[in-house]
Amino acid sequence: MSVFPFGVAAWLLLTGIYGIVTSRNLIHLVVCLSVVQSSTYVLLLAIGYKSHAAAPVFLNVPLATPAVDPVVQALVLTDIVVGATVTALLLGLVVQTHKRCGTLDPEALQSLRG
Amino acid sequence: MDLLPPLPVVIPLLGAALLLGAPRTMRRQIVDGVALVVALAVLILCVVLAMKTSSGRLVYWFGGWKPRELGGRPIALGVSFSIDPLGAGMAALAAGLVCSALVFSWHYFKEVGNLFHVLMLVFLGAMVGFCLSGDLFNMFVFFELMSVAAYSLTAYKIEERGPLQGALNFAVTNSVGGFLLLTGLALLYARTGALNLAQIGHALDGTHLDGLVIVAFVFLMTGFLVKAAVVPFHFWLADAHSVAPTPVCMLFSGVMVELGLYGVARVYWTVFEGPMSVHIPQLREVLMAMAVVTALVGSVMCLLQHHLKRLLAFSTVSHAGLFLLGVALLQPKALGGVAIYIAAHGAVKAALFVCVGILLDRKGSVDERRIFGRGRDLPFTGVLFMLGGLALAGLPPFGTFLGKGLVEEQASELGLWWVPWLFVAVSAMTGGAVLRAAGRVFRGWGEPPEFDPTSLEEGHEDRETGGASTRTRLVMLAPAIALLAAALVLGILPSVPQRAVRGAVAFEDHRGYEAAVLGLPAASRAGSPAPLGSSFSSVLLGILGALLAVTIALIALFKHLLPEAPVEWVRSRLSPVGERMRTLHSGHVSDYIAWLTAGVAALGGLLAAALR
Repeated sequence: MSVFPFGVAAWLLLTGIYGIVTSRNLIHLVVCLSVVQSSTYVLLLAIGYKSHAAAPVFLNVPLATPAVDPVVQALVLTDIVVGATVTALLLGLVVQTHKRCGTLDPEALQSLRG
Repeated sequence: MDLLPPLPVVIPLLGAALLLGAPRTMRRQIVDGVALVVALAVLILCVVLAMKTSSGRLVYWFGGWKPRELGGRPIALGVSFSIDPLGAGMAALAAGLVCSALVFSWHYFKEVGNLFHVLMLVFLGAMVGFCLSGDLFNMFVFFELMSVAAYSLTAYKIEERGPLQGALNFAVTNSVGGFLLLTGLALLYARTGALNLAQIGHALDGTHLDGLVIVAFVFLMTGFLVKAAVVPFHFWLADAHSVAPTPVCMLFSGVMVELGLYGVARVYWTVFEGPMSVHIPQLREVLMAMAVVTALVGSVMCLLQHHLKRLLAFSTVSHAGLFLLGVALLQPKALGGVAIYIAAHGAVKAALFVCVGILLDRKGSVDERRIFGRGRDLPFTGVLFMLGGLALAGLPPFGTFLGKGLVEEQASELGLWWVPWLFVAVSAMTGGAVLRAAGRVFRGWGEPPEFDPTSLEEGHEDRETGGASTRTRLVMLAPAIALLAAALVLGILPSVPQRAVRGAVAFEDHRGYEAAVLGLPAASRAGSPAPLGSSFSSVLLGILGALLAVTIALIALFKHLLPEAPVEWVRSRLSPVGERMRTLHSGHVSDYIAWLTAGVAALGGLLAAALR
């Protein structure tokens, strides 16, 4: 088991957050949020991964055959659905923001403070 | 098999699907009626569940997949609902608030078809599922479903700038929180190979705390604390509240924020109590520190607000701090107190939002300077608003006072003498802010405000009802009366404290939870708690809090009558602090995420140092 995928997950998390913090464009910001979420995909898949193991389909193979963990794969699928929902909703809000305010720069939106 | 447990989640989701599929031309009364009937059914089911579980936990395995034993270890194959009185009680609170919000919004949003009701029902189903779930991943899924419904509801008035920006801030911050939650969950799965709360807890029992478990704990806690609006994760809350439609605010403040704390408590006691029980004093200190900062920041910001929804939002932040403080004592009596406090606060806060909604309907603004003195023709709403302010300050015999009293007693027993005073001060400040606003708006007390009516410093809000109403409709007033009455009943019914504390004992019973869910031999430590009643000193503290709130309100209203020199001195000392705090709440989601990251790092550092 390699440390590499966990490093990738941590890197995705941190770059995504860095992107959100420094973003000057709302679409860029929403995509950065997706990057943060990708880190959870990588992390989950890495946790369930086994070297030299088959896909978890036990058709015509003995039950003791090593296989990767199917549970985390199901979690990743659910996670992707959650991510798609959130991203779609946010992009919808961004489109609407552009219609109303004519800008995508978060610094230029000043209707809430204090 | 008993089919009762999944029903309160299935019914609202089916109801939502039904309303979504219904023709857009369907009569508005039918849509309202269906949604209300569904919410009422959920309320009744949740109350039944809370009653049924008072004698023992109810565990429901979806598809009948019961846990099996493998190599001497229990394995939860399926997904469970593990229901206890506090969980079912939170679900009932959510359902009750949805009912009153639906009654209040009877005349709302005429032009937009059924979508509002659909979202409200999805929101309800997700909240109930979150409360009943016994599976960490399912908690995450319900949590996200609840969040997405909440984001859409916040941005319901999609034609305006404020709601768009508020919803964006809310959605981005809470999504990051949700992903951290998922990361923590994944780390726990890596360690234990389990997703069922009881099985994770069982696998961690008897192990030593190590770095991985602490990191997982920090991520899970952060995920929930973002929702619970604990400083420094709270910034989204005021933005979302100040722009969301009033019926939605009732749910956000009344129950959604508190569900974050429910998540903290649930996960701590089922999963982490085993390895963490030796570190309780250190853990208590870290959580209490966050709670105190939250309570103080919330109450100071609350006093600084003029926008009534924002004012109530910051009062929710400060109360979330108080709830977290009660949870952080890690004792059944305090947790029982918090449960009562949350229920009563939810009712009172929702009633206050109803009053604000009536103001918005009648006067077209919720800025206390803009509608200064214009609420004189709404005497009844004014009385309800003031009562709400006093209840928020903990006036006996409201339920807020009862819950607060139990937490205070527990804190005193632990030797934390300052906790009761903090509770009194913080609840008096938030209550005082509400009373001050009530005095200005409904009575026209104090100096008329000097400000340029064309400057729209804070999010301008359009009427939500289309056209000014000339009279207050009974369906708008009735929820406020009912909610305040409910808060009063909670404080008066003699069986409430006993039931709450018994529920809290069951909630904190780590071994009992594992045994009931995994089918292990019962090794419950749950005894029946000593009889409870509100003590004389807590009554005194409650009255003191209410008096203090009135004093704060009077000083804020009539400071121009006081001698000028001391007032000026205090103002010159305090206003820079206030200004600085206001600028920190910048409205930029980038800043919020920076704060969130710093908060995670700080919490992780503190816990790593404290628990090693």
